[in-house]
Amino acid sequence: MHAARHSLAAVGHRGLAFPLGLLALAALAALALSVAVGSVTVTPAELWEVALGGGDALSRTLVLELRVPRALSAFATGGLLALAGALMQVLLRNPLADPYVLGLSGGAAVGALAAMLAGLGGLVISGSAFAGALASTLLVFGLAHGTGSWTPARLLLTGVVVAAGWGAVVTLMLAVSPAERLPGMLYWLMGDLSYARTPGYALALLLGVCLLAFPLGRSLNVLARGALQAAALGVAVRPLEWAIYVAASLLTAMAVTTAGSIGFVGLVVPHMLRLVLGNDQRLILPACALAGGTLLMLADALARTLIAPEQLPVGVITALLGVPTFLYLLYRSR
Amino acid sequence: MSRLEARELVIDVPGRRDGRSLDLSLEPGQVWGVLGPNGAGKTTLLHTLAGLRAPRRGTLRLDGESLSALSRRRVARALGLVFQERQDGFPATVRETALIGRHPWLSPWQMEGGEDLKLAEAALERLDVAHLAERLVSTLSGGERQRLAIATVLTQAPAIWLADEPTNHLDLHHQTAVMALLAEQARAGSAVMLCLHDLNLAARWCDQVLLLYPDGEACWGPRDAMLVPGALERLYGQRLATAEIDGAPVFVPVR
Repeated sequence: MHAARHSLAAVGHRGLAFPLGLLALAALAALALSVAVGSVTVTPAELWEVALGGGDALSRTLVLELRVPRALSAFATGGLLALAGALMQVLLRNPLADPYVLGLSGGAAVGALAAMLAGLGGLVISGSAFAGALASTLLVFGLAHGTGSWTPARLLLTGVVVAAGWGAVVTLMLAVSPAERLPGMLYWLMGDLSYARTPGYALALLLGVCLLAFPLGRSLNVLARGALQAAALGVAVRPLEWAIYVAASLLTAMAVTTAGSIGFVGLVVPHMLRLVLGNDQRLILPACALAGGTLLMLADALARTLIAPEQLPVGVITALLGVPTFLYLLYRSR
Repeated sequence: MSRLEARELVIDVPGRRDGRSLDLSLEPGQVWGVLGPNGAGKTTLLHTLAGLRAPRRGTLRLDGESLSALSRRRVARALGLVFQERQDGFPATVRETALIGRHPWLSPWQMEGGEDLKLAEAALERLDVAHLAERLVSTLSGGERQRLAIATVLTQAPAIWLADEPTNHLDLHHQTAVMALLAEQARAGSAVMLCLHDLNLAARWCDQVLLLYPDGEACWGPRDAMLVPGALERLYGQRLATAEIDGAPVFVPVR
């Protein structure tokens, strides 16, 4: 496997262009597919006309107001989750870290469900989910910080326990909520893109973090080898660690706010890419954004078509694809 | 060339009284050997000198400037540390690992270039691990990893070397090769400080010796004044027999 790994250092900036170009093409293809399929199929010819500004009113509405925003939301959410996962993994020097394992999305879920339980809707649910994710971040980091030592293992363990706690709160809320609210809450918990219409902020955040990843990339590479080693090689470790944690929390909160709780993207995508591309963050982080986005667009296309006109929650698809893929990779890897 | 100066330095070993504070400076051309039993604070001393741990008391100056006030990047350009323990995070090849030694020398926007790669390759060659360049670090033996860690610091090219038991896991030939490399660095103007468990390597390769006692006491000075059987027997709580071979004293523990 590692024969295919190429050292970025040996090839310079050009080493970035080929894999990222390939992933960008895949993302465009997935976008086209995702816009074309659904309960009503749009033919390539119709799609082309709409893209050029023509087409009949029905196709225009379907493509421009429903499918494109939804597909872009899926892309942004997947990219944000994969990027957040990759950053957390560097922070904790542990390939098992991801926003779900660390309890961030648990906090977001509790926030969103509380808003739903109170009968509030729309924007309040999003804001509440965001607040829940950030509260969980502070809780995990505050507790793991403790009396000063801040080891990755302790942080991971704190996150896992906090996540389990959120899980119990979610179950409690489901148990006491009135029957008519249950389907909406369950759909949200499983991840659902049906109401995602405004991908702008999520896409902007995704792009911003990807651009930052390049100048910070080499420092992240060194940090991945341990905090002391990084400090000895000139990295200001504590500020960098805080920056990663805040960035990853922001990414997760934004993703959860857009599409509810979607698992496995943050875990599987960075892991798969590392097996193929090595572990240079200057390549892996933008690659995660592209590949995570592509994966979630395809998963959402499946979710809309498998039992059309009914829709499945996209989180079910990512979990059904993610679990066997991850187990297979784990089994094959040395 | 750089010098590192410790004034009234007390390292922070939890639960130990202050003992004797250290007043010493690592000068260009010197090779310091730090000797002491397990738990005497050798590693803590090296980490403190590198600015990775705060001292309990005292000041450290790198070329006259306070060490704690300098940026980590500035420190890393002058001072390299060979760690005793290394952790495996993500898989990385030997070449990639040596290349991270260039980190303090490159700006955030710079990719590692051909020059950097050449320096890393030369360091791998010097440490006799160039043939492993494509291998994953996790597949190396203990001694090969040790040589890779030294090659990484050689790529970093610091003026001050702090090495924590650099001969750990090495076979006899590579022990000598590594000590010769460090001596060569000192002759070229570096200051070198090593933690060692092997008295005979210290006797042969170091010119200054620091003895660290578990209770925080310490003494230091030129090698010949320090490496006397009485002081060493007290240091380790171990009787020693002494002989002279090849112009240097040899210490052997006796029952």
